[in-house]
Amino acid sequence: MKALFVPLVVVAAAMFVYAPIAIANAPYESTMLLVQKVFYFHFPAWIAVTAGLVTCGVASAVYLFKGSARADRIGAASAELVVIFALFGIVSGSLWARKAWGVWWQWDARLTMAFLLELIFCGYLLVRKFGGPGAEKLAAAMGIFGAATAPFVYKSVDWWRTVHPKTSVMTSLTSTPGGTIMWGVVWFCAGAFLLLYVALLIARMRLQDLRAQIDQLYLAAED
Amino acid sequence: MFVRTALLVLKKDVAIELRSYEILSTTLFFAVACVAIFSFAFVKEGQAAEDAAAGILWIAIAFSGTLALGRTFERERYGETLKALLLAPAPRPAIYLGKLLGIVALMFATEVLLVPMVAFLFNAALFGRPLLMTLLLLLGTTGYAAVGTLFAAMLVRARTRDVLLPILLYPITIPVIIAGVRGTSALLEPTPDEALVVLWISLLAFFDVVFVTLSLWTFEPLMTE
Repeated sequence: MKALFVPLVVVAAAMFVYAPIAIANAPYESTMLLVQKVFYFHFPAWIAVTAGLVTCGVASAVYLFKGSARADRIGAASAELVVIFALFGIVSGSLWARKAWGVWWQWDARLTMAFLLELIFCGYLLVRKFGGPGAEKLAAAMGIFGAATAPFVYKSVDWWRTVHPKTSVMTSLTSTPGGTIMWGVVWFCAGAFLLLYVALLIARMRLQDLRAQIDQLYLAAED
Repeated sequence: MFVRTALLVLKKDVAIELRSYEILSTTLFFAVACVAIFSFAFVKEGQAAEDAAAGILWIAIAFSGTLALGRTFERERYGETLKALLLAPAPRPAIYLGKLLGIVALMFATEVLLVPMVAFLFNAALFGRPLLMTLLLLLGTTGYAAVGTLFAAMLVRARTRDVLLPILLYPITIPVIIAGVRGTSALLEPTPDEALVVLWISLLAFFDVVFVTLSLWTFEPLMTE
């Protein structure tokens, strides 16, 4: 894992350097024009959130049933990254909403669920910090429930009629000329975000490993 | 064996509660106080804001539910009886189910008094479709209590349980509250949109299945030290 870190950071950095150029060169979307460019970072941020969610849910379940400390660290690191990327997604979405709908925030189903997701994972981090002994298990339960509610975030758009441009942007991207280039840029950015996610995950896990080692050393020194 | 254990745990909780009515009376009083506070916020010139009744009802249910959950497990902790229950040679999910049924019974008993009060104070037609309203309340309470019972049980060991329970419980159960509030307010329309209410009820049933399954699945490892 450690050996992967440096190459990952280099590739992710190179992709993030190239991303603005690719985004600037991509053709304009037919109805939203310049504003739609937010999409190139907004959507990948939520892809990273999804990756974090799935990782956190699976890692929490593995920790709970198998008791592996490594799974617990993966879960904790993922939860931190979910909070960060979701915050980025909410902020970028808010900027986009200001231009597209004229308001910063709309109590639309998907926005509400995104807000809830952020709350759930802040709760996860709070429990870990202030739960006292055995807090890891409580946090793991929170991780499992949080990940289980995630599909609702995605499906909520279909259940409730909303203004969120899930269908409109996606289909108009495909139908406008140059749509394939635009999708290419979107997935390029998504790749960059995912690499960044993995790099940060490794960094946070390493930090937690070191923390655990320090605790061990303190315990050993006290004996 | 499984159902019998669950019913025995339920019977134990009901018997303790019927001795003192401690949780029921305090929870009910708290719910009434909640309704009073929210009515000051939402009533203007003697008229309640539109849709306020549905929101106030579910806020009172959720807040008083937290109180009931906290007290129920505080009682178990105080007597160290939860440990004894877990040591019993019985399937752990059955113990969870018994506690869940107890909490649902307690919350539903509160609602039996709370709903007429909200209907009376806000002139809300909560009894126009009694069957749909009962289904909404029952399914909503079950979903809320399913997560609540699991979290309250696992927080028994934590030092900061009083603070952590609402922090963990509210974000997870908000989908249930949304469905409950929207379903109730659809019922309160001058001409209730029954199809919409049924949609919210089926959504609640779906959430219930998800939450109860997850809780039954994770209860055992969560309660094992």
